[in-house]
Amino acid sequence: MTTLLAPARGTRVIHRINPVSKLIASAVIGAALVLSIDWVSATVALAFEAVLFCFAGVGFGRFVVRTSPVWIAAFFAAVTILLYGKPSGESHFRVLLADVTDGSITLSVATLLRVLAIGLPAVVLFITVDPTDLADGFAQVLRLPSRFVLGALGGMRLAGLFLEDWRSLEMARRARGIADRGRLRRFAGQAFALLVLSIRRGSKLATAMEARGFGAAVRRSWARESRLGSADVALIAISLTIAGTAVAVSVATGHWNFLGGA
Amino acid sequence: MTDRPVVRAEGWGWRHAGRSEWAVRGLDLVIQPGERVLLLGTSGAGKSTLLSALAGVLGGDDDGETEGSLLVGGLVPSASRGTVGLLLQDPDSQVMLSRIGDDVAFGCENLGVPRSEIWRRVDESLAAVGLTLPLDHPTARLSGGQKQRLALAGVLAMHPSLILLDEPTANLDPDGVIEVRDAVARVAATTGASLVVVEHRVDVWWHLVDRIVVLAPGGGVLADGAPDVVLAEQGAALAASGVWVPGLEPVVRRGPVAGGPVAAHSGGDDPVAGGPVAAGREVLRAERLGVARTKDAVIQSGISLTLRAGRCLAISGPNGSGKSTLGLTIGGLLAPASGIIAAPFGLASDEPLRWKSSQLVSRIGTVFQDPEHQFVSGTVRGELEVGAKAVGLSSAESDSRIDELAQRLRLDHLLAVNPFTLSGGEKRRLSVATALVTRPAVLILDEPTFGQDARTWAELVALVVELLASGSAIVAVTHDERFIDAVADERLQLTPIGVGV
Repeated sequence: MTTLLAPARGTRVIHRINPVSKLIASAVIGAALVLSIDWVSATVALAFEAVLFCFAGVGFGRFVVRTSPVWIAAFFAAVTILLYGKPSGESHFRVLLADVTDGSITLSVATLLRVLAIGLPAVVLFITVDPTDLADGFAQVLRLPSRFVLGALGGMRLAGLFLEDWRSLEMARRARGIADRGRLRRFAGQAFALLVLSIRRGSKLATAMEARGFGAAVRRSWARESRLGSADVALIAISLTIAGTAVAVSVATGHWNFLGGA
Repeated sequence: MTDRPVVRAEGWGWRHAGRSEWAVRGLDLVIQPGERVLLLGTSGAGKSTLLSALAGVLGGDDDGETEGSLLVGGLVPSASRGTVGLLLQDPDSQVMLSRIGDDVAFGCENLGVPRSEIWRRVDESLAAVGLTLPLDHPTARLSGGQKQRLALAGVLAMHPSLILLDEPTANLDPDGVIEVRDAVARVAATTGASLVVVEHRVDVWWHLVDRIVVLAPGGGVLADGAPDVVLAEQGAALAASGVWVPGLEPVVRRGPVAGGPVAAHSGGDDPVAGGPVAAGREVLRAERLGVARTKDAVIQSGISLTLRAGRCLAISGPNGSGKSTLGLTIGGLLAPASGIIAAPFGLASDEPLRWKSSQLVSRIGTVFQDPEHQFVSGTVRGELEVGAKAVGLSSAESDSRIDELAQRLRLDHLLAVNPFTLSGGEKRRLSVATALVTRPAVLILDEPTFGQDARTWAELVALVVELLASGSAIVAVTHDERFIDAVADERLQLTPIGVGV
């Protein structure tokens, strides 16, 4: 039902790492790699990551399924750049606005590797993140306001019911005799009905949370401690190493182009 | 300290913002520590309002106006959070977190209970409600009864001195009702907390309580005392107002009833209906039917059934056995996973799934379990006009059908009201009425009597009997044995793995 919030389980090191550090690690790698579009830095990062994926607590099948959007996005981004990217060097193929040149081929490969190098670790790290643990981390490690964090967590649970509600609404509308209308009008009406339903659910949940003392004037305690340990320090150190090495190798080999400027 | 009453109301009243009438008024009530009270009253007597007030979730000055005083443990309710626990009706809206242990811990966290103490209480509370599952068990995989027991454990872990139960079993199947009732009994026995239960099914609760308080509709208390005394004195009046009083349940005999104004199927001159129907004539047939919500998750297969004019088929079985899915499939709303459905109404196809929505609505009407899913309009009248417009009735014909139905189902004074603001019973009656406007030859009802009071129940039964007499074929997907006894001609019992008899 609420697959969106299915708890991630496991006993490997990766499951003990605080979700906040996973977020930081992904951000570090991402930040370093968006600064330049060259194939060297992305390749170095990917090579490191490929080794680390073996320890990510994710089987090969699951890896392929969960990261498939990244592969697809990377492919389409690369093809687009290949055809329409800034032309330079020798032109190999030309139809209408599409122009495949040496420059666009290089740029396309760099883009493909970059999307993978940023996207894959982010997805892989978050397969093992439980939203509840992430909320704990936000509130306890990052000290975000607990009302906001827990409210968002409750809201996420409701989002898992959207698909089911949508199907029911679709059938209900057919049963009421109003499913023959134009596609657009039907969609708009149904989207509005889903909104109404969600708000009602939300207010019910808010009442239930309040009845359990949520928002009481007492200082809240936390049943699950969320703090950073040695495994977290290690993960962040690894991400810094990957980012640093990737940038260093790229600069040293002369491929680094800050923010795409040649 | 221990002698102080748990609840003390003196001339207490509450009026919701924007309403002219008081929801509760002039209430004097004292509840002592350890007392177990069943709170009864007609719908609209303010039972739920009182419970919300006791729980401190009624809202502030913006939400309404208060008079007199109401103290819980000597404090105003909003200041006594944590000493009062509230269990609500809807199991799904009370689950907050994705692992059961975390969900139980939630209330303790909000009260600032130290960590080691929280987990001790979590274990203790889960044991008290008999939920012996690992702490990281996903809450999404619990049944309705388990979810209610989980919510009860969450309440219990807060160590409240007063536990409030607002129709905690209304949305559960018969097994779930017993599960939750027994868990409450265990909790009451072990914790000694006071208990206030609002529930119109008296038979479930009256052995567990030691006092019944009946709220008067106009305000104040109508009766108050030991359960058998109150039931002996007030039983008949309570039963008449819709409370399920043991021994005074509504009795409905099915017999030949003349076609009432609601039901009469019009003849061949009707522009949309299929023509006159002789009782017993086959209107829909399913053979070797397999049903599934999504393509690859087949729940049942090999079901064959025939619907006949003037006959009622009851489909029953435990939760998850595919009852509702079968109903939706017969209703032409879900594609069958296998097998065929044929309903010869002289259309281009005999398969309901291939009909246009406007063709379907005048031939097969489906009433969903949750009425709110079906509401598409801002007013009750608008809601009733939807079907009439879909099949192209003249406005005179539409008005006359709507007025008849509204009167018959006691909705005539609510025509300008927003459907979402109706009571549970009114919502149910409206959802049935919306399906009847187009006079479908087949009517499919999914749990029509779920959570209904005795009065609405009896009205629904009378209506079904009337529809049958006028030649409708009816499918009732239901757990309600009493309802099945009252209306069904045949019964299809589904089991989780296959079909039984």
